[in-house]
Amino acid sequence: MLGDFAVLLIAAVLVNNFVLVQFLGLCPFMGVSNKLETAIGMSAATTFVLTLASVCSYLTYRYLLEPLDLTYLRTLSFILVIAVVVQFTEMVVRKTSPLLHRVLGVYLPLITTNCAVLGVALLNINQAHNFMESLIYGLGAALGFSLVLVLFAAMRERLVVADVPEPFQGAAIGMITAGLASLAFMGFAGLV
Amino acid sequence: MLESLSAQPILLALIALVGMALLFGALLGFAAVRFEVEGNPLSDQINGILPQTQCGQCGYPGCRPYAEAIAEGDSINKCPPGGEDTIHALADLLDVEPEPLDSEHGVEAEPTVAYIREAECIGCTKCIQACPVDAILGAAKLMHTVIIDECTGCDLCVEPCPVDCIDMIPRKGGIQHWFWPLPSEVRTGDIIATDRESEQVAA
Repeated sequence: MLGDFAVLLIAAVLVNNFVLVQFLGLCPFMGVSNKLETAIGMSAATTFVLTLASVCSYLTYRYLLEPLDLTYLRTLSFILVIAVVVQFTEMVVRKTSPLLHRVLGVYLPLITTNCAVLGVALLNINQAHNFMESLIYGLGAALGFSLVLVLFAAMRERLVVADVPEPFQGAAIGMITAGLASLAFMGFAGLV
Repeated sequence: MLESLSAQPILLALIALVGMALLFGALLGFAAVRFEVEGNPLSDQINGILPQTQCGQCGYPGCRPYAEAIAEGDSINKCPPGGEDTIHALADLLDVEPEPLDSEHGVEAEPTVAYIREAECIGCTKCIQACPVDAILGAAKLMHTVIIDECTGCDLCVEPCPVDCIDMIPRKGGIQHWFWPLPSEVRTGDIIATDRESEQVAA
């Protein structure tokens, strides 16, 4: 049982990495990876929300949509659930832990539109995960996202000072680097 | 009731979605009231950057009110004691373009410290009341003096002094402001050894 969870976790973090293998959540991946500090903040916030949203979407699907035979409404209702979870989390965090709010701060609302969050929710349904599996899968997806985001931010900080040919400067070299990183992550295929 | 609804799935779908939306809306509304936060957390961060001279040159009664005004959208260039460094730190925090200091509120002066000529002090305590940071020590009819480390150089004590015994003198730089003294004068002839040799030869 525990072994299954470990396999699922590693599969979500490395083998089926959401950003570099499944190409979900590319927008924050390119947008927030300019500074290591912001990347870490974004990672923390995403981990938090992704895990929570994964579970909440599962509960909505299992206990509301399925009994009412409304499974075709899943995308719509998941968006609603995610938006509410993010907003509610932000309010609670701001009240209970100003310190955490300072770290996660502006990133929390941004995550609402992170397609990795909706992706996890939908993949949970497609792969018929149960409650615990949804939790682990959401956490794994978030950890994979954080890993890649932080790695990439560290690389981009060095790229800024690197001697890049003029046509490739800025976003272009970022894209190329992301492609190479994606190729590198292909190496994890077949790990589990 | 339920049977008639399941005969019309569109109605069921509508009811389910509207129900969800209402439920979530109520939840968020409740959370907004229950977890309401007093004050703007941003103003704390801004206040941490401001120099805490409490001098009021920005037009606000102190650093905290100015920090709140910045958080509300006031411009960041009204703090002469903080100078360029503060403006850059604020611009970095708020992610706006740094602007030059607004000369309307004063110019960036070199850091000064108040000095009380103690022989002339009559012990009136007026400067103690004026000092925003409690940097002046003393009691009625007793000589006052300034705690250098606490003084922010805000000038506010100079005006109330009835005998004008307070001077603002430049703050002596600590170890972090020390720099190598420049060479006193450059004597070109002496620097290059071969030049000196040729001079000697010429002589």
